[in-house]
Amino acid sequence: MIPEIGHFALTLALCVAMVQAIFPMVGAQRGDLALMNLSRPASVALFLTIAVAFAALTHSFIVSDFSVSNVYLNSHTDKPLLYKITGVWGNHEGSLLLWILILAVFGLAVTLFGRNLPPGLRSRALSVQAMIVVGFLLFILFTSNPFERIDPAPLNGRGLNPLLQDPGLAFHPPMLYLGYVGFSMAFSFAIAALIEGRVDAAWARWVRPWTLLAWIFLTLGIALGSWWAYYELGWGGWWYWDPVENASFIPWLSGTALLHSAIVVEKRDTLKSWTILLAIVTFSLSLLGTFLVRSGVITSVHAFATDPTRGVFILALLAITVVGSFSLYAWRAPQMKSGGVFAPVSREGALLLNNVLLSTAAATVLLGTLYPLFADALELGKVSVGPPFFNAVFVPLMIPMLIVMALAPMLAWKRGDALGAAKRLWLALVAAAGVFAATYILAGGSFVHVGAAFGMGLGAWLLIGTLIEWAERVHLFRAAPGVSLKRATGLPRSAYGMTLAHAGTAILVMGVVGNTAWKSESIQVMKPGDTLDMAGHVYRFEGAERVEGPNYDAIRGHLTLMDGEGRVVARMDPEKRSYNTRTMDTTEAAIHTTFLHDHYAVIGDPSPEQGPGAFVTRFYYEPFVPLLWYGALMMGLGGVVSLSDRRHRIGAPARKPALASTMVAGGGTGTGSGPATEGAAR
Amino acid sequence: MRRGRPEPAMRAGPAGRKQGRRRGAGLAAALLVGALMLGAGGPAAAVQPDEMLDDPALEQRAREISRDLRCVVCQNESIDESNADMARDMRILVRDRLLEGDSNQDVKQYLVDRYGDYVLLKPPFKPTTYVLWFGPALILLGGVAAAYGFYRHRATQAAAPPPLSADEQARLNALLDDDPAGGRSDDHKPGGAA
Amino acid sequence: MRTRRLVSLLPLLVVAILIGFFIVGLTKDPRELPTVLLDRPVPDFSLPGLPGRDPALTDPAAIQGEVVLVNFFGSWCVACLQEHAMLKRIQAEGLVPLHGIAFKDQPEDTLRWLGRHGDPYDAVGYDTTNRIAIEFGITGAPETFVIDKDGVIRHKHVGPISEEAWTNTLRPLIEDLQKG
Repeated sequence: MIPEIGHFALTLALCVAMVQAIFPMVGAQRGDLALMNLSRPASVALFLTIAVAFAALTHSFIVSDFSVSNVYLNSHTDKPLLYKITGVWGNHEGSLLLWILILAVFGLAVTLFGRNLPPGLRSRALSVQAMIVVGFLLFILFTSNPFERIDPAPLNGRGLNPLLQDPGLAFHPPMLYLGYVGFSMAFSFAIAALIEGRVDAAWARWVRPWTLLAWIFLTLGIALGSWWAYYELGWGGWWYWDPVENASFIPWLSGTALLHSAIVVEKRDTLKSWTILLAIVTFSLSLLGTFLVRSGVITSVHAFATDPTRGVFILALLAITVVGSFSLYAWRAPQMKSGGVFAPVSREGALLLNNVLLSTAAATVLLGTLYPLFADALELGKVSVGPPFFNAVFVPLMIPMLIVMALAPMLAWKRGDALGAAKRLWLALVAAAGVFAATYILAGGSFVHVGAAFGMGLGAWLLIGTLIEWAERVHLFRAAPGVSLKRATGLPRSAYGMTLAHAGTAILVMGVVGNTAWKSESIQVMKPGDTLDMAGHVYRFEGAERVEGPNYDAIRGHLTLMDGEGRVVARMDPEKRSYNTRTMDTTEAAIHTTFLHDHYAVIGDPSPEQGPGAFVTRFYYEPFVPLLWYGALMMGLGGVVSLSDRRHRIGAPARKPALASTMVAGGGTGTGSGPATEGAAR
Repeated sequence: MRRGRPEPAMRAGPAGRKQGRRRGAGLAAALLVGALMLGAGGPAAAVQPDEMLDDPALEQRAREISRDLRCVVCQNESIDESNADMARDMRILVRDRLLEGDSNQDVKQYLVDRYGDYVLLKPPFKPTTYVLWFGPALILLGGVAAAYGFYRHRATQAAAPPPLSADEQARLNALLDDDPAGGRSDDHKPGGAA
Repeated sequence: MRTRRLVSLLPLLVVAILIGFFIVGLTKDPRELPTVLLDRPVPDFSLPGLPGRDPALTDPAAIQGEVVLVNFFGSWCVACLQEHAMLKRIQAEGLVPLHGIAFKDQPEDTLRWLGRHGDPYDAVGYDTTNRIAIEFGITGAPETFVIDKDGVIRHKHVGPISEEAWTNTLRPLIEDLQKG
């Protein structure tokens, strides 16, 4: 019964979404307020119906209703409750439902928090949002019904993929979706703005916090996935350039560009058509990611079981969305007039450069990800594009990016003084040179370490540069401590957000460089009592035993980690599990962290031919890996701090009615230039 | 649409007791991992001690080569990371070739001769991959050129507002006639919020 | 203004091209790997035969001089079983000799498998190390090669041979090669 309610709720949601897609748009075109206001109850109803459907599916998972095919295929009575729930989105149908739920949540948020938005903009945006929902509801109802029944119901389910039975991975997809789908807000508002034919500071001030929110989720979602891969896959890798990873990384890159260009629109009323384009591109890339993962056009370890009908359907969805929105763009964008002029060397100029580099990076990763498809379609032969390619092309793009990242915040709006900014950063330059030299010498001074030392120096440059920028703002050491403190507390939170996020990037870069350069590994067979020296530490293998978990059997190894003097640092118990319901093993690595580097131990197969109790063991010394997590967390935290800025919370002020009907965007008296904006401009 | 072919779980390499451990193949069909990012699925137990060469320098070379070779039965992994039997056989082959005195390039070429460029995770530089290798630079150049065009356009605009074209003049006149009060905003003023 | 309009059309152009690629991409299987050995001589190999089973497919000389099918299989391979009935029909048809190479398999397992499900092969060789399979650029089983009279590989079929593949592709090709 409950699954039927869920199914019915989805059908109902489709009707509601259609209403929301059509009437508010018609209303906005005609200036009919009553029709426009229909979007408010509709968005609430849409959220409720989809929430009911999602709750129904969750219920089926919790009570293990195996008459629902989806539950049968992805759950099992033995599974802990947490993983019964996370199993809801651990499959194609359920994750799609979660996608739609999040879309509806964002629509609801516009209604709840967008009271002071101009009604035209709001109802158009909600209408666009509903159109996306319609597309996805059709997709789920026609090709991927999560409530499909099987008769007779099997006695038990097939179980969830063991790899997913992990807290890190359980919450990775929802985070990622919140990010992906969050960009739909920027998209919907971009389309609404194109229909209206105007983009101004008020538009940017509304779009920015939502883009920021999506960006935070995507950042944390990617980091969570990377962290999971690191500790779960058993060899300490954290980034693979897999197509599915790229599918989330490409929107992240363009979303980051969008975040920065929207600042220019808000503060300086220029780069408008570019920002609109980025908003459309970013969400389109999210859709593209969904298409790639679910259609089977690209091989990845993570692709869902693929089904051609689904592929065709989602391609049609993608095609309609992008062709529609880019046609609208081609038609309307040329009519947008830009406001503020600026010199290439200026804050805007630096943000533009950031956009050029980030967009190039996004396009490059996209090119690499899709190239096998291009080559195949053009009959150029099958090729593989893997990590060696991406590292070769991505790293050079990031170098200028990081150099400019420290300089940019020091530049004035309109016309900056690059030399002056560089002079103010002398300390950062000294720090970078110092770190470069120190790393180079400590690493042994051979030529192969130049690159790594340069990378560490670059990280130091950005970190110190970012701190200098903050210090200058609060007049640190130049004014009395009291004055500095007062200035520090008076700085807008968005300024702190930037400082945190940029410093986080610097730390992340150092983690990436340091780990890549100095990671080491050792693979061997050990008998109980054997020891192994690694990175100034000693591992002693104490033996292994068989243990039983709730729904798996495992081999658990016991290791003692000692420092150079033979003092015990940690006991480590890595496991190798085999799950009962799927013929598949997982590794549970044992990780001892010093918060700057990790010791990482994995137990492998028994190796009786080497002696009684002998096992394959793998040890990894993972220097600087924790910096990756700190850096990503700081970036996310920076986003949160910036989001909490008062100016973001207030929302966009109403537009001047006199301008409301003009076709040309961006009046010189931009509504955004209130006192609050002035404060943030510096 | 898709040619009649079994799911990879059904073929793709020898099974036996290791069936379930194969990441690429066994997983692909079952795999959930929706929009998951993250790389390889499945436990890594790739290189086993019994495969490794006694000579550390040679073993190091073998590892480097293995990282650049794609496991042909997997979804997107190097043979160095993959648990598939096929990957193991290739790792052993790589080591055997090294023992026979092949250079790194020879070993890769040996597999390219049998599997095509597909086995190389770093595509070779040749006419069919020019687009891939030059692409990033071209995109960057395009971006820089667009930014340059933007600045130049703006500079000329800022220096002197171009005189109205006949067409614009006509529209302006029409507007002024229609709506003397204020249909014309300051939109055309270059510089805007200065 | 005109350049602006053209520039604004650019994104549309790019996505239209991308969509075109995706449409083509959907009709292709990214996992399907065409053999690079096409129109090249059969790689040299030397294999033992299955104990107690004759004839054995020991080396390329054994298949010289006539058009043959060489099928890679194994007792561990589920899809091979699916293909099995078709192979028996091909053998019964008598158009072309059908040879087998069992790889990554133990001879006793292969023999047991052939005993249980029937033996459609003329000569069989076995490759425990997988080395010959790599020589042939095999990515899985079953895979079937069409080899002409001069010992040149003319076609590789990946996956089980379907009725359709046999009548539409393989048989016409073999008949063609036999004439030539």
